[in-house]
Amino acid sequence: MQDFLGEFYFFLEVLISGLLTGTLYSLIALGFVLIFKASGVFNFAQGAMMLFAALSFVGIQEKLGVPWPVAFVLAVLIMVILAYLVDKLVLGKLVNQEPIILFMATIGITFFIDGFGQTIWGSDIKVLDIGIPTGPLFIFDILIDKLELVAGVVAAIMVAGLAIFFSKTKVGRALRAVADDHQAALSVGISLHHIWIIVWSVAGLVGLIAGIMWGTKLGVQFSLSLVALKALPVLILGGFTSIPGAIVGGLIIGAGEKLAEIYIGPFIGGAIENWFAYMLAMVFLLFRPQGLFGEKIIERV
Amino acid sequence: MLEDTRKIGDILLDVKGISLSFGAVKAIADVSFDILEGEVRAIIGPNGAGKTSMLNCINGFYHPQQGTITYKGTTRSQMKPYEAAAQGIGRTFQNVALFKGMSTLDNIMTGRNLKMKSGILSALIWRGRAEREELEHRRFVEDIINFLEIEAIRKTPVGRLPYGLQKRVELGRALAAEPDLLLLDEPMAGMNLEEKEDMCRFILDVNQEFGTTICLIEHDMGVVMDISDRVLVLDYGGKIADGTPDAVRADQNVIDAYLGGGH
Repeated sequence: MQDFLGEFYFFLEVLISGLLTGTLYSLIALGFVLIFKASGVFNFAQGAMMLFAALSFVGIQEKLGVPWPVAFVLAVLIMVILAYLVDKLVLGKLVNQEPIILFMATIGITFFIDGFGQTIWGSDIKVLDIGIPTGPLFIFDILIDKLELVAGVVAAIMVAGLAIFFSKTKVGRALRAVADDHQAALSVGISLHHIWIIVWSVAGLVGLIAGIMWGTKLGVQFSLSLVALKALPVLILGGFTSIPGAIVGGLIIGAGEKLAEIYIGPFIGGAIENWFAYMLAMVFLLFRPQGLFGEKIIERV
Repeated sequence: MLEDTRKIGDILLDVKGISLSFGAVKAIADVSFDILEGEVRAIIGPNGAGKTSMLNCINGFYHPQQGTITYKGTTRSQMKPYEAAAQGIGRTFQNVALFKGMSTLDNIMTGRNLKMKSGILSALIWRGRAEREELEHRRFVEDIINFLEIEAIRKTPVGRLPYGLQKRVELGRALAAEPDLLLLDEPMAGMNLEEKEDMCRFILDVNQEFGTTICLIEHDMGVVMDISDRVLVLDYGGKIADGTPDAVRADQNVIDAYLGGGH
C-alpha cells in the first residue's frame, strides 16, 4: 500500500511538472498564433524575437543599471519599434504575396534579429534574475517547481488578458476582422499596417514574457531560440488559429513528453523527451490535420 | 410609394476618363460619369462589363492608370481603401465579405471602428471612458439592427446565416459607418422575391431618411428601373449609355448589348 501511494505521488509529480512546463511552451505558441491569426503569416522569427526580447531586457539592466520594471518597459518599447520596422521595411512591401514568400521573409528576419541581438548585447550566457522564486515547493507532499508554478500563473493571466482584449475592445474587434477578411476590413476603414504593427507588438510582448520565464530557467542564451521550435508540435496539436488551442496543446505536449520519458523511456533506451513531442504531433496530424481547435478547412472543388 | 421629398444636390463624385487594365485585359476604358448628392445611381451591364472594377476604383481597391476621380471637390491620385472609408465611402461586396466567425452585432460594430476615439493605450488607462464610448456606439448599432429588422440574429455568428440575411448584415455594417456615399455591389443577387422587396425598401429608406447617396450595381432590371434616378450602362469596359431609366431602356446600344445584337 505504501508503495502504491508512493508510486501515485510520483506520477502526480511528473504530471504536474509536465503540465507546468507545458504552459511555458504555450507562452511561445501564443506569439505564433497571434501573428498567424491576424496576417496568415507563419512567423518563423517568433523564437528569435523571444531571445532578442530577453537579451534586451537583461542587457538594459546590465548596461544602464536600472531596476527591472524600468528595463521591462524599455524592452517592450524596443519590441514595438521592431514591430514597426518589420511592417515598414519587410511585410508592408509584401502585401498580397503568397504565404510561402512571407514565410521566407520571416526566416530572413530571424537571422537578422539573432545576429543583431548578439552584436548589441553580446553572445555570452546571461543570468536572468528578477526574483522569481526557484527551487522545490511541497504541496500535500507533492514536489512542485516554484518557477514552473509562477510560469503557469503568468500564462493563465496572459491568456485571460488576451481573451478580454480580443473580445471586448475596438482594437481586438479590428484584429479579428482582419483575420477573417482583409478586403472587408479595409472597406470599413481598418488599416492593415496599423493592425500588423499592433499584432507584432503584442507578439513581441508575449515573446518578452516567455523569454523572461525561459531565461530564468535556462539563462539567456542562443539556445532559447531553439526552444521555440517546441512550439511547432504545440501548434499542430492546438491549431494555428486558436488561443485556447495553444494552451491545451502546450499542456498535452508538456505532460506527454515528461510522462513518456519516465514511463516509456526506460524500455527504449531513454532520452525520448527530445523527440517525443514531434512524434506525437505527427501521429496527431494523421487524424486531425486542422488541430484540436483549428477551423476546419473546407474547400469547394 | 412615398412622396419624393429628397433634394438632389451638387456633384458628389466625378469620374473623368478613367481607364484600368490588368496586363493586356482592359477592365475599364475611358469612362466618365458623375454621382449627384442624394441620388440613387445605378450601374448596369452584362457580366464582365467592368462594373465591380468601377466600384473598386471609387473606394481605392484599384488605382486606375488614367483619368481622375474627384470626391467632395478633392481630386485624389492614389486613395487607400481605409482613407476612402474615413472620408465617408462605404460599400458592400458581390460575394458578401463578412467576418464569418463574429456575431451580427460584432460585425456591425466594426463599421463603427472609425468613429471610436479611444485607442489601445487610452483604453487601458481610462477604462471607464472606453466602456462608455463602447456603449454609445452599441446603441447606434442597435438602432441599425432594428431598422434592418434583424433583432433575432443579433448574437448569431454570421457564417451560419442564410445568404439573404448575410447581405442584410453587410448593409448594416456599411451603414454603421454613416457613409455619405454608399456603394452596393449586387445587393439583391441570389435573393427571392420577398427578400428583394425588403432590400429595396431598406435602400430607399436609407436614401430618403438619411440622405445617403447610393451607387448600386444590379442585374435585376425591374429593380434598377424602379429605384434609381439615373443609370450608367457599361459594356466591355466602355460606357454605352447614361441617363434616366426610361431613356436608357429605349437606347438602341443598350438593347443590343443585352440582347446580343450588333456585335
